[in-house]
Amino acid sequence: MAKKLVTLTVNGETHELAVEPRELLIYVLREKLRLTGPHVGCETSHCGACTVDLNGKSVKSCTVLAAQADGAEITTIEGIGKPDALHVLQEMFREHHGLQCGFCTPGMITRAYRLLQENPTPTEEEVRFGISGNLCRCTGYQNIVKSILAAAEQMNAMKEAAE
Amino acid sequence: MKDLDEREERRSALKGLGCSRKRVEDVRFTQGKGHYVDDISMPGMLHGDFVRSPYAHARVVSIDASKALALPGVVAVLTAKDLEPLSLHWMPTLAGDKQMVLADGKVLFQGQEVAFVVAKDRYIAADAVELVEVEYEELPVLVDPFEALQSDVVLREDIKDAKEGAHGPRKHHNHIFTWEEGNAEATEQAIGAAEVVAEEMIYYHRTHPCPLEPCGTVASMDKVNGKLTIWGTFQAPHVVRTVASLLSGIEEHNIRVVSPDIGGGFGNKVGVYPGYVCAIVASIVTGVPVKWIEDRMENLMATAFARDYWMKGRIAATKEGKITALDVHVTADHGAFDACADPTKFPAGFFHIVTGSYDIPVAHVAVDGVYTNKAPGGVAYRCSFRVTEAAYCIERMIEVLAIELGMDAAELRRINFIKKEQFPYQSALGWEYDSGDYHTAWDKALKAVDYEGLRKEQAERVEAFKRGETRKLLGIGLTHFTEIVGAGPVKNCDILGMGMFDSCEIRIHPTGSAIARLGTISQGQGHATTFAQILASEIGLSADSITIEEGDTDTAPYGLGTYGSRSTPVAGAATAMAGRKIRAKAQMIAAYLLEVHDDDLEWDVDRFVVKGAPERFKTMKDIAYAAYNQAIPGLEPGLEAVSYYDPPNMTYPFGAYICVMEVDVDTGEWEVRQFYALDDCGTRINPMVIEGQVHGGVTEALAIAMGQEIAYDEMGNCKTGTLMDFYLPTAWETPNYTTDFTETPSPHHPIGAKGVGESPNVGGVPAFSNAVHDAFRAFGLRQSHMPHDHWRIWKIAQSLGLHQ
Ligand code: FES
Ligand code: FES
Repeated sequence: MAKKLVTLTVNGETHELAVEPRELLIYVLREKLRLTGPHVGCETSHCGACTVDLNGKSVKSCTVLAAQADGAEITTIEGIGKPDALHVLQEMFREHHGLQCGFCTPGMITRAYRLLQENPTPTEEEVRFGISGNLCRCTGYQNIVKSILAAAEQMNAMKEAAE
Repeated sequence: MKDLDEREERRSALKGLGCSRKRVEDVRFTQGKGHYVDDISMPGMLHGDFVRSPYAHARVVSIDASKALALPGVVAVLTAKDLEPLSLHWMPTLAGDKQMVLADGKVLFQGQEVAFVVAKDRYIAADAVELVEVEYEELPVLVDPFEALQSDVVLREDIKDAKEGAHGPRKHHNHIFTWEEGNAEATEQAIGAAEVVAEEMIYYHRTHPCPLEPCGTVASMDKVNGKLTIWGTFQAPHVVRTVASLLSGIEEHNIRVVSPDIGGGFGNKVGVYPGYVCAIVASIVTGVPVKWIEDRMENLMATAFARDYWMKGRIAATKEGKITALDVHVTADHGAFDACADPTKFPAGFFHIVTGSYDIPVAHVAVDGVYTNKAPGGVAYRCSFRVTEAAYCIERMIEVLAIELGMDAAELRRINFIKKEQFPYQSALGWEYDSGDYHTAWDKALKAVDYEGLRKEQAERVEAFKRGETRKLLGIGLTHFTEIVGAGPVKNCDILGMGMFDSCEIRIHPTGSAIARLGTISQGQGHATTFAQILASEIGLSADSITIEEGDTDTAPYGLGTYGSRSTPVAGAATAMAGRKIRAKAQMIAAYLLEVHDDDLEWDVDRFVVKGAPERFKTMKDIAYAAYNQAIPGLEPGLEAVSYYDPPNMTYPFGAYICVMEVDVDTGEWEVRQFYALDDCGTRINPMVIEGQVHGGVTEALAIAMGQEIAYDEMGNCKTGTLMDFYLPTAWETPNYTTDFTETPSPHHPIGAKGVGESPNVGGVPAFSNAVHDAFRAFGLRQSHMPHDHWRIWKIAQSLGLHQ
């Protein structure tokens, strides 16, 4: 199959890649760029394990063609925090036991990261609705919701302190 | 006082038992640095994919792979014919049956593996799957187990004439086994003589564990060194190694099985699937690594399902409600092959815990296993071997009996509970319950939810409904469950002949940190966190200084793996026992260093102290250093220990769950208003982790009770093969839960812990289901099968004439 050249800026780094027109973004990220944080749980847009941030929106990268993402700015879980500078969400998920097997976690945090930019002061209901595209089989969500609300609070406090 | 404070400070610095220690695993998981099987990539790695049967029952007339093989990038297409010379076209199941690895002459369920394509990448493999031409000749399909037992249609031609199966005589060509426990005659007599008898068919429908990560493997045969390495989603890696050795003829020391991080298991990853076998064979043949990762549809359609039990119960009682007998007959739909994951001697698992929390003088159960044209399995989905089925059966039967007696279901439970002083309690079906205090838990639960107030509100609601003021009913779902976990004593529990002990091996490093390796494997339970806590309390080193490792058969001691809530009861016990061995040697070293007799020392949190002279002590850190650096007469250097633990009995966690649910009569919609979960899992190692397990387990129970189902049409088509149709609740409809506990330690477990992972699923399903039933009790509902999705609830209301 004739390949197509695409440019993807992922976690701040720009890559030129030759991809097949049918290649899914999730596999390009996982297998070509070796960013194995986003996972594959269904390939049918239901589970959200593959969630990445694409041009400022949460998308399920199992349902986006790499060719469609040409020129896009993409953030994956690997770009959200660094080992010595974790994102508040990453800290709060640990603090409030917001994960168990960890398989949904990268997608969940990536979604929450965008959610808190769309709505920095969400109610519990808004968090629940906002992450309803991401399934978790282990936690029953209660502690995930708690983690996100705690992160929102901290981020707002930090913002206030900075102002 | 000061001494006490100082001691407490040292104790809390250990982060041992009872501490809500933050999980060490989370550091990597939150950064996307978990390492799951699909993350493995190796040079030259090939990808496998299956051609699967579109039919539920058909003869395979021919397979033509020539077009697929002509596609550039395709390396091989395996069929049963290729596997036959290796005797790998069939494989043994955990239940003593055998299963086709690739279709051998016919297919027996939709989605069955027919051919295995090996190609350079996953896209080419998928293309090639489409190019394999298979000609089928359709055969009559049996999806109903009752019909299967009457039908002339033979499903398993390979054992058509076998009068004996793995578990005794077979009654029909589609019959697998009959298994019985208890006293049939005495039970019949008691039922015949009873003042009240309630009879009901309770169906626990077919469902699926559906962990978020599907199953998969990477097999790599290193032809130079003759070593085979298998990474995979294995809940029991050591068993996989033994089975792989027996099947392949490769000596066991030349096989290394690794379970990397596992994205949830819930029983789905206990068994051995054709994909594993095919990937291994393909790697042995090609000499390069072969990866096979199933997709979600394959996971739901072809890997092991759970439940599918038709339970016909009869429960007898006096007019006052004292239960006098219980009889249950189960028709168990096992699908095309008996691939149940149960200890060998128990083809229906521990279903005979079906007398539940109640003191029932006589009981009898019989289970008939049946073949149908459905996917094989029968795994313990977040359950200790058919315990969820048993708990659901008895907790429904109690409700039905309450209706029959016109009694309050909470009171009926209370007067039949096994009393605290009756433990250890011998059940009529042969178990010895180790410990319990049901009345205390029950009273605490009823009080917490204001049970009486709820009943009043419910009665008022019914009146309001009758007056036409509301269209919503209120259901109060009660459950008191008793679990049986921690398989188990080797004398009666084994899997494929391997005794179900577990193990821990500890090495203390000279500077006073440690590594412990276990035969189990975490799939989200947080073993790396909690096992370190058990050990910290035993040996007096901080949990933060202890690494826990599992899942690599080259380094970890042999163990039977993680399922059936057995890790804490069995491997947790092994950890404590190995820790005690360390401490025993440490005591000798301390005695030498302090120049006193062993007996003059006492253990004090993290050190040995000379009795009566607290200023003279040696900490575990001091001792560790000395163990390696000081010549001690009569003692070998080093500080290591290993323990293989064979538990004397199972443990019996229990709990009281109450669900308060609003049900809309016109739409069938429901809303959980309150869910209260009280668990007694004995000694609590990490309350935060326990709470997390309960949240997750109750949510899985919510899914199962309220919508999740593997359903087939009459042609044997699986109707629920994607997450579009197979219900997994989102954050939106999942309620918040209130968790609570009592603490009745297990008398025979070294630290008194009982295990908790599965309790919430065992107790949760009847709590949700009873709530639905209870909402309609005032209008005459006795029994309606799960899952209670909106449509089915609407149908209940319709059949009771509640629609205007
Ligand atoms: S893998 Fe993309 S939504 Fe499930
Ligand atoms: S933590 Fe396992 S799926 Fe969410």
